[in-house]
Amino acid sequence: MEKSKLPDPFEKARLDKGYGEMNDQDDPVTMLLRHKDVRKSAHNFKTFQSGAQPGRIVVPSEVNIRDTRQIPFEVDPPLHGEYRAIVEPWFKRPLQEEYQEKLTAQITSLVDEILNKDTVEVVNQFALPLQSRALTLLLNTPFSESETWISWGTHVFRSEGEALDADKANILYDYIDAEIGRALENPGDDMYSILLSSDFQGRKLSKEEVKGVMVLTFAGGRDTVINAVTNSIAYLAEHPESLKRLRQEPEIAVKAVEEFIRYFSPLTQMGRVVTEDTHVCEHAIKADSRISLCWASANRDASVFENPKEIVLDRKINPHVGFGFSHHNCLGATHARQILKILLNTLARKVKSIEIQDYKENIEDLDEFERKVGYYRMNVKFNKLT
Amino acid sequence: MAKITFITSDNESITIEGNSGSVMALAVENGIKGIDGDCGGVCSCATCHVHVRPEDMEKTGAASEIETDMLELDDNANEFSRLCCQLEIGDHLDGVVLKVAK
Repeated sequence: MEKSKLPDPFEKARLDKGYGEMNDQDDPVTMLLRHKDVRKSAHNFKTFQSGAQPGRIVVPSEVNIRDTRQIPFEVDPPLHGEYRAIVEPWFKRPLQEEYQEKLTAQITSLVDEILNKDTVEVVNQFALPLQSRALTLLLNTPFSESETWISWGTHVFRSEGEALDADKANILYDYIDAEIGRALENPGDDMYSILLSSDFQGRKLSKEEVKGVMVLTFAGGRDTVINAVTNSIAYLAEHPESLKRLRQEPEIAVKAVEEFIRYFSPLTQMGRVVTEDTHVCEHAIKADSRISLCWASANRDASVFENPKEIVLDRKINPHVGFGFSHHNCLGATHARQILKILLNTLARKVKSIEIQDYKENIEDLDEFERKVGYYRMNVKFNKLT
Repeated sequence: MAKITFITSDNESITIEGNSGSVMALAVENGIKGIDGDCGGVCSCATCHVHVRPEDMEKTGAASEIETDMLELDDNANEFSRLCCQLEIGDHLDGVVLKVAK
């Protein structure tokens, strides 16, 4: 039962002092670890801002690899709300029946494919194609685009053993520039075209703003979805009883998804830049330094969650912050939730059991802490339900 | 069975009858504007925030601690706020009027 476990490296620091310290490229971060502090600080955009230098609120910082401001992610209210209102309806499309039918067809065909293989490397042969193909629905672009995205590998910005990879980031930026150019010449009903024709403060969104939304959409939903999918497979491999329960009670998948997001916390943390001298947990924080909202730690806070170290498949009250919290909560959450729900129900319907053969864990180095966030690779055998 | 009335932000009044499940699920099934219920009812998203008509507070009861903690950080919250995923439909809710917060 150990292979699928994601340990909580923050427990002691969360209880003892409430924060951790991480030096990230000489721009240190005070990591907030308690559920209450994380939610309060996420809400307080005046003291803890997102609209700083582009890339600075990301941990590890991306200031050296990009200048494009991600929108609405790196903008504070009230401007943030204006951008968000433009993109929100588009990102709620996964609630439509037709969208879910297409997603179900994609996932069913991928699961059928892997059921016929002896061994499947889950990260590259399952999670990455699943994520990339599903993204064609979110962007409303041709299915064939997913082949290009799959060829980029698992991370848009990061390579194995390397925190930041400027070359990879440039591949993405060049691709998005080209797609925006294409949409300008031949507008269609894809996300680029819809954004380019959107009104903002009495004008159309600029190319740079559209690029900012697209970079966010690609970067935010890539390794997070891949980790969530891979961790789900690992968990189900070691918990056949849960696979069976999902088969018998498919309606609990909605709650199971929320619990997986809590437990896996696919995004460990997100930063903010401090605008004034302040305190958190009696710890002084200077203006122009950085804090981070450590979602992964908050989601294991025993003062909020009973048995935080266990996956309780149908956890009824689950105020997790796995999709962030307050103004900047995850724009792609509706899409992500549908992916996971459909995946769980499809696996329950078709798979009898899953055997993990070998794997390599992906462990984030957070200075004071080391956190397993998923796997670089994991070979498994899927056994068909007959 | 309970008749529940939702008043949306553009002042539309919609009355729906429900038998079981949560008020949030009833609202989502009937496409009530401003009730999204993103998290499916586990109290993690606050997209089902309503203001209960003051005289109906007796029927709904006050928010639980976990709801209060959530609502405390919602600028639009007041003493009549509830997350309606935490309201179970039953006879006791018959006639309540809920104003959608968003």
